Amino acid sequence: MNKEDSNPTLEARRGFLAKLAGAATCAGAAAGAAALGAIPTVSAKTEAPPAGASFPTKDYDWTKHQWGFGVDATKCIGCLRCVEACKTENEVPRNAHQFRTWVERYVHLEGEDEVRIDSQQDPVNIEASGSEKEFRFANRYKDAKVEKAFFVPKLCNHCTHPACVQVCPTGATYRTEDGVVLIDHGYCIGCRYCVQACPYGARYFNEEQGVSDKCTWCYHRITKGLQPACVEVCPVGARVFGDQKDKQSPISLFIRNNRVQVLRPETGNAPNVFYVGIDKEVN
Amino acid sequence: MEPIIQFAPYTGWVYPNETVFEWSVLIAVYPYLTGLVAGAFTVSSLYQVFGFERLKPVAHMALLTSLSFMIFVPTPLLLHLGHPERAFNSTITPHLTSAMAMFGFFASFYVALLILEGWFAYRPFIVDQAQKQSGLLGKFYGLLTLGSYDVSEHAMRYDRKWIFALAVIGIPAAHGLHGYVGFMYGSLKSREWWSSDLMPVIFLFSAIISGVSLLAVLYVVSCKLRKIPVDLACLKGLAYTIWAFIMVALVLEGLEFANIVYKGREGVDMIMQYVTGPLLIPYFILQFAVGAITPFLWLSYMIWRGTSGRALVVGVTVCACLVLFSVFMMRWNVVIGGQEISKTGKGLLSYHLPFFGKEGALVAILLTMAPLGLLYILTRLFPPWSDEATHAHS
Repeated sequence: MNKEDSNPTLEARRGFLAKLAGAATCAGAAAGAAALGAIPTVSAKTEAPPAGASFPTKDYDWTKHQWGFGVDATKCIGCLRCVEACKTENEVPRNAHQFRTWVERYVHLEGEDEVRIDSQQDPVNIEASGSEKEFRFANRYKDAKVEKAFFVPKLCNHCTHPACVQVCPTGATYRTEDGVVLIDHGYCIGCRYCVQACPYGARYFNEEQGVSDKCTWCYHRITKGLQPACVEVCPVGARVFGDQKDKQSPISLFIRNNRVQVLRPETGNAPNVFYVGIDKEVN
Repeated sequence: MEPIIQFAPYTGWVYPNETVFEWSVLIAVYPYLTGLVAGAFTVSSLYQVFGFERLKPVAHMALLTSLSFMIFVPTPLLLHLGHPERAFNSTITPHLTSAMAMFGFFASFYVALLILEGWFAYRPFIVDQAQKQSGLLGKFYGLLTLGSYDVSEHAMRYDRKWIFALAVIGIPAAHGLHGYVGFMYGSLKSREWWSSDLMPVIFLFSAIISGVSLLAVLYVVSCKLRKIPVDLACLKGLAYTIWAFIMVALVLEGLEFANIVYKGREGVDMIMQYVTGPLLIPYFILQFAVGAITPFLWLSYMIWRGTSGRALVVGVTVCACLVLFSVFMMRWNVVIGGQEISKTGKGLLSYHLPFFGKEGALVAILLTMAPLGLLYILTRLFPPWSDEATHAHS
């Protein structure tokens, strides 16, 4: 036997390294298998959550519903009661920079090629309301010749293939079986990757709580058979909500009786907020 | 009292929630540090794997630099998190479709690889010191030997095999790590400025030039501090490396910009307004003209003229500093620039960098400099200088 080969220290080290290499190979194989398992889901498709009942409300079975939301922009009058109701209902920070829902105003003035767009957070509108706790649109175009104008309520689209869920590193944000995208505030690490990934600007970061936040379609209400707060307070019925599995629900009728469209379909996110009466500039 | 949320002024139409910048300067520092790690490792690999003998004087320093910066890579992220105490959620229960979730694994793997390669590279030195030093330092080196005091030629041959294997694995690991950082931005479809297939490779090549430049500067500074002459062959080797990779980096960035403009998708008008307005100085002047084209031309001139001596040392050092600055500007222009262009494609925001505060300029500067402090300590414990008899086998 070679004298050097019998060196006990070297032997021990070689043994240790062989074990280390073995362990690394196993870990690599496991990681590879995990990665392979992830491949079918990486194209913005989310894994289906495990079927289960009684979450979060007793006797509520999320496998029996498929929620959907409709916006009839031709009806919206821009009163912003929805925005205020949402802030109150969901304890959204009372400032002009963080919203779960908002309303956009599109105005075409005579002789102008570009559409003018603003929302309730615009400084002119905040000045008109006199507070960041109450919102209204300033009558800023009263002396101008308006060719066309309309309001568009916006909120989280609760996409079928949500980009925010795809990028969340912990799975704190997820899509429920009944089609609602939620955030587990007790698990969110506050990296804000989801805020960046959402093409609709629907998410904000709650600095005080250190977590991301967004519209939940008032999940705490809808699972009790109530309407989302914004739908409840809308005085003109511009917001429609219901169960798509129920063919006679308001949302099913809304989709059936109108030619609806979704925002930014090219993203592949497949939104579940359906719009009627919006113009080409709206995205 | 300072407000918790900094609101950003804007022009045009932006979504209400966009008026808060969610990714601050710290998120620009994070890919910058990662890039320096990958770039420094490139130098180590050029020597260990590809046999670039002239880079021997910086080969061990490259490893230490890579390790020092890698240890600090997670810090800007941790400081930025809303709940840093939950950071390990992404490692314990990773969401497999998330580009960010795998970062913890890649980073940990790479740190382990660097430590292991460093241990093999320094083993003769550690054994030597464990026998020479007494007291606490002696115990420290003794512990690091892991009980193996064998530095025979046979053992050294065995170690060299491991160093080579680890260096080979380290090449895809280091570059994968950084290409992956580019993917984290490039894979987002919410912003036209980020959403590019070229983003990972652009990040990768800019990383390489930044890491090599950092080593060039560190090498010259270390020679000055140690009052020894700069090995001009080594410095030339680093200069050639910067020159070659800067060319690729420039071409890739040019192609990326050309793609955005030529495709002219929705929102391109706002991008053009942005790059010819607020981004004109940080992008075209600072990142490209001053930070990339100037050093490229200067290095080309020095290579063409065969510049040597003090002119070469000064030239390469200044060029390397410019490249380091350019790559930081690239990170800034991607991370901050991306958020300054509204997702609506109809408005622009402007980011205000506070000096103080958790996500201010001071913290960003300290985080960028901190790895140098660690590197200084490491060079005291594990001298990387090839002119001393520290590495019998390297």
